[in-house]
Amino acid sequence: MLDVPALSLEAGEILAVIGPNGAGKSTLLRVSALLEPPTRGTVALKGRVPGSPGERLLARRRMAAVFSTPSLARGSVAGSVRLALTFRGVRPREADRRVRPWLERLGIGELSARPVATLSGGEAQRASLARALAAEPDVLFLDEPFATLDPPTRDRLLDDLGPLLRASGTTTMLVTHARSEALRLGDRIAVLLDGRLAQLGLPQTVFGAPANEAVARLVGMENVLAGTVAETRDGLVRIAVSALTVTVVGEAAPGERVLVGVRPEDVLLEPAGGGGPSSAQNRFEGRVVAVTPLGPLQRIALDCGWALNALVTRPAVTALGLAPGQAVTATFKATAAHLIRRVGLT
Amino acid sequence: MTLFWEGLEQAARLVLSRDAEVFGITLLSLGVTGAATCLALLVGLPLGTALALARFPGRGLVIALVNTGMGLPPVVVGLLVSMLLWRAGPFGALELLYTPAAIVIAQFLIAAPVVTGLTLAAVQAIPDAFRLQMQALGASRVQLVAVLIREARLPLLAAVMAGFGAVISEVGASLMVGGNIRGHTRVLTTATVLETSKGNFDRALALSVILLALSFGVNWALTWLQQPRRR
Repeated sequence: MLDVPALSLEAGEILAVIGPNGAGKSTLLRVSALLEPPTRGTVALKGRVPGSPGERLLARRRMAAVFSTPSLARGSVAGSVRLALTFRGVRPREADRRVRPWLERLGIGELSARPVATLSGGEAQRASLARALAAEPDVLFLDEPFATLDPPTRDRLLDDLGPLLRASGTTTMLVTHARSEALRLGDRIAVLLDGRLAQLGLPQTVFGAPANEAVARLVGMENVLAGTVAETRDGLVRIAVSALTVTVVGEAAPGERVLVGVRPEDVLLEPAGGGGPSSAQNRFEGRVVAVTPLGPLQRIALDCGWALNALVTRPAVTALGLAPGQAVTATFKATAAHLIRRVGLT
Repeated sequence: MTLFWEGLEQAARLVLSRDAEVFGITLLSLGVTGAATCLALLVGLPLGTALALARFPGRGLVIALVNTGMGLPPVVVGLLVSMLLWRAGPFGALELLYTPAAIVIAQFLIAAPVVTGLTLAAVQAIPDAFRLQMQALGASRVQLVAVLIREARLPLLAAVMAGFGAVISEVGASLMVGGNIRGHTRVLTTATVLETSKGNFDRALALSVILLALSFGVNWALTWLQQPRRR
């Protein structure tokens, strides 16, 4: 069930909507695109709420959508890509003229005469994007458009799509479960959890200062520690987490129960026992529990009295000789830790 | 086997000599079956599409009735139509019994559920994602139906072939409502039954070969329309 009191798209912006499976992202997109009526509430396009079925059709013709499955109509690529314009009453010759530049910009100009059945997944999705963009929509809806593509194809399409959307100034709602896509394309990010809008803001805000624990975990802030504020002084909050103290930049009252979020890439590792001066306020001795490869990086699971994850490069793992059982020192700056106030919770 | 070759020989002779009776029977077969199939398409294609797309109370029951109609025995249809067109029946005043029109009516009632049921299946087989995409691109209801029919072209042409095939080959209904009257309501299937009952197996075989050739010719043309061209 979707429960969003209000949400608006600014002209020319790309709003990325992220959330786990079943959060209601696609429902939000379908309701916004006037493909599904809301049980309560309205959808307005440029301040106007379409009422009758005729008005809704006219409003839908000022929008376009691309889904994870391209759904191209039978025939040639050119014929299929013309379809949105055909629905709008544009004659075939004029439609061809308007479609051609978009096929070129999306790198499939030479495929226009090919039957759609012969296209690869990436080519078909480029054709689907061309079909939507050729209609010059006021709003473009993208529902997990890269979900069915292999990583290299997805990356190439992402590289092409971002500049295209910005150059054309197309107002876009992008629904995705991939944080990287939201970060690369989104001007703002909306986080949807269990049908509710958990946070809406700039990427650096949502990813750097998540509103609560659930958002923190969704945006990849893997380390979320629960503790009690022991002291607040000089803009620094000292939090008791088990027997240790974590220092965070922020404001909180002593005795308040809070959460501290730290991104794994902000956790630095060094050999155990090294105690030289450092700008990092947080320094903990621990032991490596596991080393998990993640492509070019490795996730190091630590036990510092509580679980802590770090992301380091392969060369760093080799240089430090990181292996399960090894003693290490983990550090992170007070500015890298994010204080999450547990307002309303006991 | 000798009988078979004699039948083939007789079929060739009848066609090449333009035997007036055989010619007339063949034309009448094409005419009534063609008319019945066209009427079945006019009703079945839109009805099948509407059933596939619409949601209303009792839809499941309607679909079950259509599916039941696909297996209606031709003799049962013949009996029902006879009862309707008898002089004492509700449409007796139209005096349609034992006319080609009666055969068209009976064959239409046989073909229509076949066309409707296969159209329903063909349109339902198009993924919901495709329908949603077309709506998201601004298709009106009419435009959506047109696109869906174009997408389902292959199975829809199969529906046409199935409807035609169901009636070009039936004999029970044509006999009961047509009466197999020489020069008036005698079609290829009823003529074949008659010649067999008279012991004229070579002539019966010849008529069967002509019927098969007719059926093949129509289906070849529809298959040519259905299959995609390879460049």
